[in-house]
Amino acid sequence: MSDVISGERAAALDADGAASKATLVAALTAALPHDIVLTDEESLRPFECDGLSAYRALPMIAVLPATVAQVQTVMRICHAHDTPVVARGAGTGLSGGALPLEKGVLLSLAKFNRIVDIDTDNLRATVQPGVRNLAISEAVDHLGLYYAPDPSSQIACSIGGNVAENSGGVHCLKYGLTTHNIVRLEIVTVEGERLTIGSDALDTPGYDLLALMTGSEGLLGVIVEIVVKLLPKPELARVALIAFDDLRAAGNAVADIIKAGIIPAGLEMLDSPAIVATEAFVHAGYPTDATAILLCEVDGTTAEVDEDMARVQAVAEASGATEIRVSRDDAERALFWAGRKAAFPAMGRISPDYYCMDGTIPRAALSDVLIGIAELSEHYGQRVANVFHAGDGNLHPLILYDANQPGELERTEAFGGAICELCLKHGGTITGEHGVGVEKIDQMCVQFPTAELQQFHAVKAAFDEKTLLNPGKAVPTLHRCAEFGAMHVHNGALPFPELERL
Amino acid sequence: MSTTRQPSEDRTEAIAAQVEDAYQRAAPLRIVAGQSKSFLGEPVAEAATETLAVHAHSGVVSYDPGELIITARAGTPLRDIEAVLAENHQRLAFEPPHYGPTATLGGTIATGVSGPARPYAGAARDFVLGCRIVNGRGQVLRFGGEVMKNVAGYDLSRLMAGAHGTLGVLLEISLKVLPSPRAQLTQVFEHEAPEALAAFSAWAARPWPISGAYWEAGRTHLRLSGAQASVDAARDALGGEPLDEDQSFWSGLREHERDFFKRGDMPLWRISCAPASPMAKLSGTWSLDWGGAQRWLVSDAPAETVREAAATHGGHATLYRGHDKPRQHPLSAAHVAVHRRLKAAMDPAGILNPGRIGV
Repeated sequence: MSDVISGERAAALDADGAASKATLVAALTAALPHDIVLTDEESLRPFECDGLSAYRALPMIAVLPATVAQVQTVMRICHAHDTPVVARGAGTGLSGGALPLEKGVLLSLAKFNRIVDIDTDNLRATVQPGVRNLAISEAVDHLGLYYAPDPSSQIACSIGGNVAENSGGVHCLKYGLTTHNIVRLEIVTVEGERLTIGSDALDTPGYDLLALMTGSEGLLGVIVEIVVKLLPKPELARVALIAFDDLRAAGNAVADIIKAGIIPAGLEMLDSPAIVATEAFVHAGYPTDATAILLCEVDGTTAEVDEDMARVQAVAEASGATEIRVSRDDAERALFWAGRKAAFPAMGRISPDYYCMDGTIPRAALSDVLIGIAELSEHYGQRVANVFHAGDGNLHPLILYDANQPGELERTEAFGGAICELCLKHGGTITGEHGVGVEKIDQMCVQFPTAELQQFHAVKAAFDEKTLLNPGKAVPTLHRCAEFGAMHVHNGALPFPELERL
Repeated sequence: MSTTRQPSEDRTEAIAAQVEDAYQRAAPLRIVAGQSKSFLGEPVAEAATETLAVHAHSGVVSYDPGELIITARAGTPLRDIEAVLAENHQRLAFEPPHYGPTATLGGTIATGVSGPARPYAGAARDFVLGCRIVNGRGQVLRFGGEVMKNVAGYDLSRLMAGAHGTLGVLLEISLKVLPSPRAQLTQVFEHEAPEALAAFSAWAARPWPISGAYWEAGRTHLRLSGAQASVDAARDALGGEPLDEDQSFWSGLREHERDFFKRGDMPLWRISCAPASPMAKLSGTWSLDWGGAQRWLVSDAPAETVREAAATHGGHATLYRGHDKPRQHPLSAAHVAVHRRLKAAMDPAGILNPGRIGV
């Protein structure tokens, strides 16, 4: 799919002056077991893309280390040979953050899949970066504990990738993002040195490098161990399915619930196309005539849940809900969530391809932005369904397209870019939880003025002077922004006049 | 305490101009606001003879209770922020210590201090969503934003929390705020220190609505906050004796107004460690806050002994009161190098509060 684009991108990403493949293979195989250094096309093929499969590139070499010492060796050799390195976990990222470089080494951390320690006294787990997110919660389930951040890919995504992207999930409004749920990282620097970031205490002397490292998309160091916080599982959770016949009423209900002093464990919204598609797929009992539905989950002790749920119902009624159903038991709760959780595959049934966007906006702008997206959908002639984390204003518009129709992918990407810019216009951001990667690199030019981008590059250089760690991702070069022609959004005025009318 | 609020004033241009001028001359600046927390961190180098005053840069820029976000200028008095939030039944959930009536929002975030609720609600840095700063070149930069989730670019706004102004002068900060709990109560238990630590661990492993856990002089204080029914149910299950003056107890702890923090001339150490770490064998008087993760020690033990004991359990020791130097736990050589490079990336001439973080 779309070889033209990937080829162009890959060429732009490749660092100049990298060592030849033969030189590097010789250096790596001299220092590492031969079977962990992959060089032929067939072995490299599985690494050619991550969850953003529209972008593909074969790495020059892939290495699958099994020990921290081997990671250090790879880094030392690549550093000495000026060769860029892209670290990769489970490869489920949605922004192309793990897209390989044709003249670079792909460092797979798949073999780092061990839960090293579970500390029930301090409520922490020490895990290797390749451990799957859900595997942590599964491993401590019998202790009544869990790991809170739950990105929708949690069955497959790895915790190292979660740290690199500062992943969120359904429960972030109440329980926070990855950055709020980790205490310590062990990293290997670009020079191959080990460095401990954070500590076993709740704070660490000096700068908060844990905050800086989290969400840095593999540009500042390679994560080789993570200590995560574990939380006691809530005694009870119940979810209310609240239907509306008006988009604005649904948007207002989100703010009203929060103004009422409730922090829901999850507060999700689906619009009409998403409701219809998911209902046809999983039969969760969603009202298909609704304009929007909210799923509002509250958790805590039994007494707390009863008290909060009564408030949610009262607020929803006052906000003009047409129907309110509260789960009576865990089976019904699972059923209500089934539709939301199946939203992406449901789209796959009604469209050959879909493109998942990820912007965050102030909650007050929810209905305006949804209406704006509907107008853009009309303008670009592409259908869109909206499924999102309404509680934290994090939108996931799913643009439906057919990659086999000439021009549709390009039109979809343009539509996606316009959605990013719409979010910025409403005081939001181009990515809430999927990261910038290669996907939103151009929109970064719109979100940030030159001085901020220069500051990002200076911080990068403090960790990676030669720009060898995942180069070309997350922060665009000023040169690239000049080519893209985007200007920073100033006072809500976008550089594209045709969008201002939307 | 006065109820008058400090007038709103935007001094961005003047602050940026002063930093840019200092950058041109490579003249180090001492950043000053309420001075309530100047005793934290290392002293600013004596070479910094020029003062950059930010307390007049003040006022709430935006606050919509439905968004759970407040944005205010760095010089805004902390008590003004808390008053505005309280009018809407909201609060800063990290319960920042003021350490005096002149405390500002900027100083609170720059020092990164958090109160008794910290292990349960999160730290100052956890609530930072975005900020505007002046970097060491005098450039006004904005990072993060006024939204709950934002992963565009490095998280430089959270990095400002606890950086003591050495990476940039805070101009404006956007914080996540939370509803005030509808109910709160405190139960007291008779415990020796090791028993208290065991109780902290056992309580934390269950989903009780805990918002504070403090031990001092044979008594554990457990604060419960949340829905009325939930707080009542937890009290009935956990037992203990009710504490009547519970608001003043926790504010007194937060502000270090309790006798424990005032008595004598002996050094006061803060030891931050994994919460279930066993009691260190150090001479002196202890209290245990943050469910065991923040311990206070009044002791004349040598600094190296205290630091070694703290480091045994992955922790560190900070001198809160006393004359020893440095006050902060020393960084490893590798971290000193990273800190210097990062400082140079943000403040190439090294003019912002030099010496304050000790590297």
